[in-house]
Amino acid sequence: MRNLVSVVIALLVLLLALDGVFEVKQTERAVLLRFGAVHQADVPPGLHFKWPIADSVKITDGRVLTLDSQAERYYTMEKKPLIVDSFVKWRVADVSTFYTATSFDERQAERLLSERVNEGLRNQISRRTMHEVISGARDELMKELTESLDRYMRRDVGVEVLDVRVKRIDLPPEVSSAVYDRMNSERQILARQFRATGREKSLEIRGDADRQVVVIAADAYRQAEDIRGEGDAKSAAIYAGAFNQDPDFYRFYRSINAYVNVFEDKTDLLVLSPDENEFFRYLKQSGSGK
Amino acid sequence: MAWNEPGGNKDKDPWGQKGADQGPPDLDEAFRKLQSQLAGIFGGRTGGSGGGSGSTSINPRTLLFVLLGAVVIYGLSGLYQIDQQERGVVFRFGAVKSDIVMPGLHWYPRFVDVVQTVNVTRVNSIRHQALMLTQDENIVDVTLTVQWVIDNPIDFATKVRDPENSLENAAESALRHVVGSTQMDDVITEGRAAIAVEVGERLQTYLNRYGTGILVSKANIDQSVPPKQVQDAFDDVQRAKEDQQRVINEATAYRESIVPEARGDAQKEILQAEAYRDQVIARAQGEAQRFGRLLAEYRNAKQVTRDRLYIDAVESVLSRTTKILVDVKGSNNMMYLPIDKLMQQSTATTPPAADATNAPSAVAPNDRAATRRTSR
Repeated sequence: MRNLVSVVIALLVLLLALDGVFEVKQTERAVLLRFGAVHQADVPPGLHFKWPIADSVKITDGRVLTLDSQAERYYTMEKKPLIVDSFVKWRVADVSTFYTATSFDERQAERLLSERVNEGLRNQISRRTMHEVISGARDELMKELTESLDRYMRRDVGVEVLDVRVKRIDLPPEVSSAVYDRMNSERQILARQFRATGREKSLEIRGDADRQVVVIAADAYRQAEDIRGEGDAKSAAIYAGAFNQDPDFYRFYRSINAYVNVFEDKTDLLVLSPDENEFFRYLKQSGSGK
Repeated sequence: MAWNEPGGNKDKDPWGQKGADQGPPDLDEAFRKLQSQLAGIFGGRTGGSGGGSGSTSINPRTLLFVLLGAVVIYGLSGLYQIDQQERGVVFRFGAVKSDIVMPGLHWYPRFVDVVQTVNVTRVNSIRHQALMLTQDENIVDVTLTVQWVIDNPIDFATKVRDPENSLENAAESALRHVVGSTQMDDVITEGRAAIAVEVGERLQTYLNRYGTGILVSKANIDQSVPPKQVQDAFDDVQRAKEDQQRVINEATAYRESIVPEARGDAQKEILQAEAYRDQVIARAQGEAQRFGRLLAEYRNAKQVTRDRLYIDAVESVLSRTTKILVDVKGSNNMMYLPIDKLMQQSTATTPPAADATNAPSAVAPNDRAATRRTSR
């Protein structure tokens, strides 16, 4: 029986000795409690000693954690609904405050955080127009939210908020269909515009082509007439030069040539009186003079 | 697990043993064994043989061998290798050591250190596809691929819980942010590459802030298309663009076909005019020369030449034409001439002659008329 007692004592001593050693991993933050009160706030990573029974160690995850909250519906300044899905990156900053506030219950911390984030987002979004929320002011919105959240969470919960990010900003389904309708109509406008401007250009090009053709033809006509006129003028000058030598003879010469050309064939019917005609002078009488 | 086998002895079931209240004797026996072993060890060390129960004495040399064996096994168990593409992060009692273990054969004290190997060369890839809003409040369907490597093994192993999930969240946020700041037309067309670059930069900034130890090597927008609800309308715009170009091309083709032809016609007309000019000048010169020569002779014998020419001409005329001589000087009587019938007679007999005489004199004007017609 003495053996048994000594074995039990030995085991207890062993257990106590083991209880006097604890390890804090690099990824963890630990707080050392002595009789329940915080004795050492931030135990660094590594192997440490503590008093058995009197001291106890609480450990929590010291890495950057993600709070991925559910998508929620918010209203913008112009009362348009938006579905916003956000996430928060947070990390334990002050271990003892964090222990006091949550007793290292991550869920509890996330609950506190999530309430704050929702409230912050609601405030921020309700102060902005939809356009601002979607595009330009996103960074600003997130920065403000991160800062205010960080200030509050550091002080009250011992948590550092690194980043609040909006993952998703979407329109509710019933609004989306209206957006699709609008997009469709916008595209129709564009399509018609393209086709119409195409026709416009086409008509312009065709008109220009026709104009060029007319202008080219007219210009050619002008040049041609000029050239013909030149020919006419030159020939007239030549004729005049030649014929001016004896206008009287020319008139005679030209007239008789004209007679020959005018009366061509048997279809030309001449009714002649021999008395009046020089040609027939000798038809009635021979000899000279009347 | 032998106790659990169907044919096994029921008494050997460990739970059965506990239930049989045989704990204390068991413990007793174990203690005794321990005691004897301890005695054996010390006995071996001191060289004495006193104390302990002789019945379970162990040979000291054997014990030494066992101990040495244990040390060797422990030593060997600490050997490990790091592959070329990996790095090792060492935790001593949980605290990280600042030295990163490079590839090669290494040793670590088991139970004191823990080595975590991290692959730093493998290119990982995540893909994210979603509908999202653009700056002009349109909706686009964007697919993003991010390729990443582990840049800082220590950070990757210690700073962030689930770094890959963090990366996915951050990638989605960055993508939506950039797309939300870009006009739709840019997102679905040329702006794609710029968006990818901006997403990559933004993503890296986020990851650095969290200390994930991840390096984004490449962000790429694989696809950015309008959602299927509006796909048809977008396709129609593309078709409209094609139509626009087609109509313009057709018009240009029309222009390119008719304008050169018109220029050709113009050139032809001008050449014809030049031909006419040269023709009339040449004719004028010819006629002038003919007249000049005749005139010279006429001057030598005016009356005779004049008469001859006159008579020749009238002869020529009268020889070809139909003629009626009416010698009714001073008569007031009405005469009846059946001109119609005379005409009929003459036309019936003379068409070939008419053709023959017509042809030479009609060349020039006919030509002109003909060319005018074709140029129109």
